[in-house]
Amino acid sequence: MASVGTLYRGDISMWSWVAQRITGVAVLFFLYVHVLDTALVRVSPAAYDDVIASYKTPLVNFMEVGLVGAVLFHALNGLRVIAVDFWGKGTRYQKQMLWTIVAVWVLIMVPATYFMTLHTIQALFGSTP
Amino acid sequence: MAVDPPAPSAAGAPQPAPEPVAFDITVKVRRFDPDVSDQHYWQDFTVSVFATDRILDALHKIKWEQDGSLTFRRSCGHGICGSDAMRINGKNRLACKTLVKDLNTKKPITVEAIKGLTVKKDLVVDMEPFMAAYRKIKPFLITHSPEPTRERLQDAEDRARFDDTTKCILCAACTTSCPVFWTDEQYFGPAAIVNAHRFIFDSRDEGGPERLQILNQAEGAWRCRTTFNCTDACPRGIQVTEAIQQVKRAMMFGIDDAT
Ligand code: SF4
Ligand code: FES
Repeated sequence: MASVGTLYRGDISMWSWVAQRITGVAVLFFLYVHVLDTALVRVSPAAYDDVIASYKTPLVNFMEVGLVGAVLFHALNGLRVIAVDFWGKGTRYQKQMLWTIVAVWVLIMVPATYFMTLHTIQALFGSTP
Repeated sequence: MAVDPPAPSAAGAPQPAPEPVAFDITVKVRRFDPDVSDQHYWQDFTVSVFATDRILDALHKIKWEQDGSLTFRRSCGHGICGSDAMRINGKNRLACKTLVKDLNTKKPITVEAIKGLTVKKDLVVDMEPFMAAYRKIKPFLITHSPEPTRERLQDAEDRARFDDTTKCILCAACTTSCPVFWTDEQYFGPAAIVNAHRFIFDSRDEGGPERLQILNQAEGAWRCRTTFNCTDACPRGIQVTEAIQQVKRAMMFGIDDAT
């Protein structure tokens, strides 16, 4: 019977590297879309308005939250990687730095998610106007 | 002359150490025999071990008592020859330094070959690409100035600069834990850079610029993405990533300003 090896149970920093890659590609993908939809305004302002209107759905709202999360993680972890590269003690404190940026990420994302989705939640589940 | 045993103290005779108890563990080995099939497969073995046994002992028991065809490398059995790096429960470890008591024995313990080098049989891989990378960084003293008439002296501070990287036993645990190496066998890998570091930062050596030039190539130190898997895997506790980062900084700022 054929078999695959186990998943390598690497250092936590391996997973931050994977996350850095994924968030990087995700943000790049957003930029493509963003350049395209913004360019549309020069072609046809009406079409542009249509496209922007189509973004005002709950799904796109949650994707926006995802985008903010991705950009924030990528930026914070990027600072950590710079410290690991240029600060003599960076490699010794890489784990502490990783937990710090994760904490900062959560601290920012909790209120950000709340305010960004407030309108959608109200629209979806009703309540005060 | 007879020696009296010490009289029992008021608190009672010293308790004999409890007898160690043997118990069964399951070792799940990822096997491969090119003479039989080109497929890898997992095989479970049940072995009776003591908590203080090493995974190497369990492998010996399997080989000696159950299946003589099980193939692995080991030599010293004491963490110094670097022969028996393997992936134990998903992490690169030396079988001779991994104690049963430090693993979860409720579940099968997985043992497989290190990743990224071609498996020759069971747990044995072709180490040649690894050794070739090691040879490329010129792991020997290089000097250009006239030979001194006495020893090449070095003060303690200069010696300390590369102390960590002298400890390498070339087990390949670091290089085969590296996600970059898995996908690119041409990458020099952490072990070669560690051994380059050992000479680059040695005040007696004059081949630093040469080695930095070699490691400045596309497949050199810049391929490192600081995932720290190597540092986690090194059985000698070498700060592998730190050494690589110092080599990178030596390329940017010079050897004297790298640390
Ligand atoms: S640096 Fe550590 S893990 Fe890498 S080959 Fe040397 S001893 Fe093995
Ligand atoms: S057998 Fe020599 S290092 Fe493990």
